[in-house]
Amino acid sequence: MNSSRFRRWASGSAVALVLSLVVVPAALGGSATAATSAPPTQGVKPLQSVGKGEGTLNLIAWEGYAQPQWVKPFTASTGCKVNVKYAGSSSEMVSLMANGGGHQYDLVSASGDADLRLIYGGNVKPVNMKLIPSSSQFRPFLKSPSFNTINGVHYGVSYEFGPNVLLYSTKTFKTAPTSWSVLYNKAYKGKITVPDNPIQIADAALYLSKEKPSLGITDPYELTQTQFTAAVNLLKAQHPLIKKYWDLASQEISLFQNGEVVAGAAWPYQTNTLQAASAKVADTIPSEGATGWADTWLLATNAPHPNCAYKWMAYASTPKVQAEEAIYFGETPANTQACSIMNTLQKGGCAAYHANAPESYFSTIKFWKTPLSTCDNGKSNCVDFTQWQQAWTQIIG
Amino acid sequence: MSDRGLRQRVGAALWRRPWLRGVLTLSPPLLWFLVIYLASLVVMLVTAFFTVNSLTGNVVYQWTWSNFSQILTQSVYGSIILRTLLMAIAVTITDILLALPFAFFLAKVVSRRWRQLLLGLLLMPLWASYLAKVYAWINILSNKGVLPGIESKLGIPPTHIAYTNIAMWIVFSYLWLPFMIVPIYGAFERVPDSLLEASSDLGAGSWITFRWVLLPMVLPGIVAGSIFTFSLTLGDFITPLLIGGSNSDFIGNAIYDSALNGGNLPFAAALAFVSIAIMAIYLLLARFAGAFEAL
Amino acid sequence: MKLSRFTRAGLATFAACVVFFLIAPLLVILLFAFDASNVQTFPIHHWTTYWFSVAWHDPAVRSALWLSVKAGVLATAIALILGTMVAFGIHRYRFFGRDTVSLLLVLPIALPGIVTGLALQSAFNLVGIPFSIYTIVIGHATFCIVVVFNNVVARLRRTSTSLMEASADLGASPLQTFRLVTLPTISTAVIAGGLLAFALSFDEVIVTTFTAGAQNTLPLWIFGAIRLGQQLPEVNAVVVGVVLLTLIPIAFAARMSSGEGTGRSTRSSI
Repeated sequence: MNSSRFRRWASGSAVALVLSLVVVPAALGGSATAATSAPPTQGVKPLQSVGKGEGTLNLIAWEGYAQPQWVKPFTASTGCKVNVKYAGSSSEMVSLMANGGGHQYDLVSASGDADLRLIYGGNVKPVNMKLIPSSSQFRPFLKSPSFNTINGVHYGVSYEFGPNVLLYSTKTFKTAPTSWSVLYNKAYKGKITVPDNPIQIADAALYLSKEKPSLGITDPYELTQTQFTAAVNLLKAQHPLIKKYWDLASQEISLFQNGEVVAGAAWPYQTNTLQAASAKVADTIPSEGATGWADTWLLATNAPHPNCAYKWMAYASTPKVQAEEAIYFGETPANTQACSIMNTLQKGGCAAYHANAPESYFSTIKFWKTPLSTCDNGKSNCVDFTQWQQAWTQIIG
Repeated sequence: MSDRGLRQRVGAALWRRPWLRGVLTLSPPLLWFLVIYLASLVVMLVTAFFTVNSLTGNVVYQWTWSNFSQILTQSVYGSIILRTLLMAIAVTITDILLALPFAFFLAKVVSRRWRQLLLGLLLMPLWASYLAKVYAWINILSNKGVLPGIESKLGIPPTHIAYTNIAMWIVFSYLWLPFMIVPIYGAFERVPDSLLEASSDLGAGSWITFRWVLLPMVLPGIVAGSIFTFSLTLGDFITPLLIGGSNSDFIGNAIYDSALNGGNLPFAAALAFVSIAIMAIYLLLARFAGAFEAL
Repeated sequence: MKLSRFTRAGLATFAACVVFFLIAPLLVILLFAFDASNVQTFPIHHWTTYWFSVAWHDPAVRSALWLSVKAGVLATAIALILGTMVAFGIHRYRFFGRDTVSLLLVLPIALPGIVTGLALQSAFNLVGIPFSIYTIVIGHATFCIVVVFNNVVARLRRTSTSLMEASADLGASPLQTFRLVTLPTISTAVIAGGLLAFALSFDEVIVTTFTAGAQNTLPLWIFGAIRLGQQLPEVNAVVVGVVLLTLIPIAFAARMSSGEGTGRSTRSSI
């Protein structure tokens, strides 16, 4: 480009730039303070009675959370047509809700690590539990858990929970591995897969809490800088062993089916799908324990179809739907009445997915939560989620 | 005044004032570009100087250079950018090598009937879903896929290239090939046959004619095609996600992860400006080759 | 150009290989549409047409297809109007900033799609525009305008203005001239540009990821289905159906361009 042409080009662009700069700051009037004291929607009055359905319901859900088996009967009985947007991580759910989606979606099936972010971000609002009759049948610890209930105000309805499992090929492992160490073992170089998700750092921390007690890790989501660095270094050393960091559940399924990998961190969903296709795989919870999730249907602040949303929350809490979801995905329902239905859906299904386990079972799962700079003990030397994300980029980049 | 008279008056007024006609034809499309496209780019640029609340993911409107300094100081972004650039270059070169002889054959050798058919086949992949095409490559390349299956039938040792950068190179080259062939074909078509005859009448062999007559004339087409292959590779995150291995994060993935997965719009915006900068340099270079006329 | 027999044969073989490279994955899509198993491996063990009936009866596929068609038609319509206007403007008039305008026009396709998507998302968020079919259309139209512009401006460069001057000299109003003289000369270029614009919009996924709301376009539905991995053959069945459907406009376009006589002006630059 010669200089006079360039000048013309530049002057034209400058005009456009100035034009836009005038428009932008005018629209930027939003407040800069972020709420950490009380949830912004705390005072919003919840619905008092469920009216006629609006004909549509827009969900953000985990893969496998809106299967035709239970969506079709719902649409048939309520007239609410269900649109689903699948999200592969809690963070993705938060950004979908925060970015322009807040006016689109009615409910989000977020896990514990996204709940507080959505609640304090003002993206979800209080729910009237009186309109969810089946919630009285929930396990005690899921009636008002700290991740979806603040100051006695419910922001959603608990759904299902479960552990992240170690999925392995039964051709390679004749007996179930007893430790997560197989995922860090050089013998399986290029044959390992783990999720492409920063929360994976917690899995490394959990393993280190037993492997290197000297680090003093008690909570894999509350790490000091030293503990955090140790976990990140472990994952960096793991990188050369990884065939692929999976983003979609189907990728891990295909990796195992094709024999590209022999061990990986997974959801029970992958195991179920693979076993249904008669692949030679099994899963286990190793001796170190497991990280896991406890999901909640949260109600969007600007939900355009509140009646359908309440109808869905009530429906999803019933024993039948809870049982179907539990068997399909391989997780544990919140509703205690689901157990017998699970047994009719799959022989021994109730026990297989721990629906009859005592409360002590839940303490063996380290449920996902958002890493914050302020630790539970009040000290502010913990590593926050932004750093987790940046470290994850360093690990996989 | 009759309607017809008015229309003629207006018509005549417009005919006498070309600038007015110019303003009327150009302002709607330009307004679209200024108000929607350019303004959005500016919003993104401004966003790149903000940060987010790490808990809620909401944008905090506080001016900071931290996003850019992070990209510049952390070596991981350097290697992601380098990897993306190398892939873009490799894919562009591959597509040029495939497209040049093919487009030449299409424009100057085959009969018209065959040309129609080949053009139809060439454009057919554009109508098949991009995602399905990428997924088809997983079915082709993975261990129990079509390619190893056929190879083992033929007694050849099967290739294991699924989930590697080589697989990505093949898939990208495949996906963007039509975008390279079409502008090169267009450029070949614009070369009059008489020119080629003159060259051969003057004693030039077909290679000499190709090298010294044809190639300079289709260069703008090649550059135009390469702008597509380059920018498409730079902006893609789905192919690396689906078919890449453990070392295949691209700029696109970093942007996607920050924006949609990580909820850090400002950081994603800062990364987006890296790819804008790369394309700006490329476009400036392309301008020298006169590619805009051929785009 | 005189080529030796050997060179011709070599070129023909090479071209055949390129065509095979382009078409083979489509055949794989076709093949796996008939796979009974949703976890796909080769060779296929059980064949079925089951997934075609699943796809046909799937309400999610229908609404996604319908949204894609609607968005594609709207985006193409906007692109046809604005793209043709700007092609005329750029071709006819010399003005301050003309180079800037032509650069600005190619930006949406010269810059990576993810940049366009992210920029639009940032802007929509800021102004508080909720995502809907209209935000999808805005994103698609922005890069479709270029496609139409390129086709039309290329045609205008090759047609002389004397025809239109003659028309005006003979007393036609500008509108009459446009309708009776200009439009017929550029019509095939407009149609080719429109078809291509629709094709690009119909299959767009990167910009759409950033601007779509709760409703899925067909590519977004496909991405969701790939994510789940429960209905992969259904995806293939849908794609096979769509490709078969699109053979109609392709055949139509080919017929039309061959009817043009020279076959020279049929090129559609992307």
